[in-house]
Amino acid sequence: MYAFDIERPASVADAVAALGAEDAQALGGGQTLIPTLKQRLAAPSRLVSLSGVTEMQGVASEAGNIRIGGATTHATVASQVGGTYPALADLAANIGDPAVRNRGTIGGSLANNDPAACYPAAALGSGATIITNKRQIAADDYFQGMFTTALEEGEIITAVSFPVPEKANYQKFVQPASRFALVGVFVAKYSDGVRVAVTGASNEGVHRWSAAEDALSAIFAADAIAGLSVAADDLISDLHGSADYRAHLVKVMTGRAVKAAS
Amino acid sequence: MTKVTMTVNGKSVSGDVEGRTLLSSFLREDLRLTGTHIGCDTSQCGACVVHVNGEAIKACTMFAVEADGTEVGTIEGQANADGSLNVIQQAFQDHHGLQCGFCTPGMVMTAAALLKDNPKPSETEIREYLEGNICRCTGYHNIVKAIMAASGQDVSAIAAE
Repeated sequence: MYAFDIERPASVADAVAALGAEDAQALGGGQTLIPTLKQRLAAPSRLVSLSGVTEMQGVASEAGNIRIGGATTHATVASQVGGTYPALADLAANIGDPAVRNRGTIGGSLANNDPAACYPAAALGSGATIITNKRQIAADDYFQGMFTTALEEGEIITAVSFPVPEKANYQKFVQPASRFALVGVFVAKYSDGVRVAVTGASNEGVHRWSAAEDALSAIFAADAIAGLSVAADDLISDLHGSADYRAHLVKVMTGRAVKAAS
Repeated sequence: MTKVTMTVNGKSVSGDVEGRTLLSSFLREDLRLTGTHIGCDTSQCGACVVHVNGEAIKACTMFAVEADGTEVGTIEGQANADGSLNVIQQAFQDHHGLQCGFCTPGMVMTAAALLKDNPKPSETEIREYLEGNICRCTGYHNIVKAIMAASGQDVSAIAAE
């Protein structure tokens, strides 16, 4: 790692001020950023750790929504959200490993927008609202391609608000070495329709599968997508799986998620 | 340099660290607690697992500055007060849960975190909890057996296939 200064502000306001410095970068749980720094793929002059910002931690239910602070760890979501939004708790409980889940945060995951990460699928599949120190961003506007989001320089995800669906499920086909999603599909059924979000599969990062949404909004059953197929054109092809294989998996995992939805 | 103070294995310690100093480096190089092993340094292998405020974390993927003010537990603090092995360590010995021993500190610390939250885990729960701890010697069966035994459960049912 190159040398850098590190600050630990206690409030969002102080964190935003600290991020105003040149080449400053926010540090969430560090489970992606620290390995990246070790490889010298990033060289910020200053890190602003968000782990001491208590107002960004914790989970709260409010009028059909669940609001999760941006600095809340995966372990906390896994243990505290199950009663309200079990599919989201299950997703959090299967990210990385227990030690990673004790450090990694929802805000960090969404800000990074890794194309194979789990949380982007939950946020997009739930039509969540990304809340920052400046504004509220609909998930449909937030994700803008692999590792790219609507966040501006120095903007911090302070919380994420998920509308709680009638039913939902996340199915992850793990890449056996990294345990990231080779393909992951989040399906959520709301009174006004079904949302289907796919992670791990596309060169464009997390995205919705609108044909499946239409079919499942009409009939919420795995058979409803039997006649659909997924185009392999923009999908990732690597040593772990071809684009055609991922296209097949998208459909299979969607069907499994519908069957398992609760 | 930043001054950090934390409680390590019940003892208050402090030191001056750089922003980039990892908790694993601080423990090993400043405090000379070399039981916390660095296997991969990429948060894959789990040999560096320690407890921070009671939670298992990978010490190679946390900055020492972020551990300021916390309670840290390492393998050096696991033995009983009289120096004898604690129940998990003894079970690893009894069930041959280690061969080369490199992964063992992380395995013991992870096992301790598991048993604190889940005193009677099933075999499946143990295997899932060990997902972030890699052992290249044992094939895991004896580690799982040791953790079952440490939790006071019958180990005869665990397949040794």
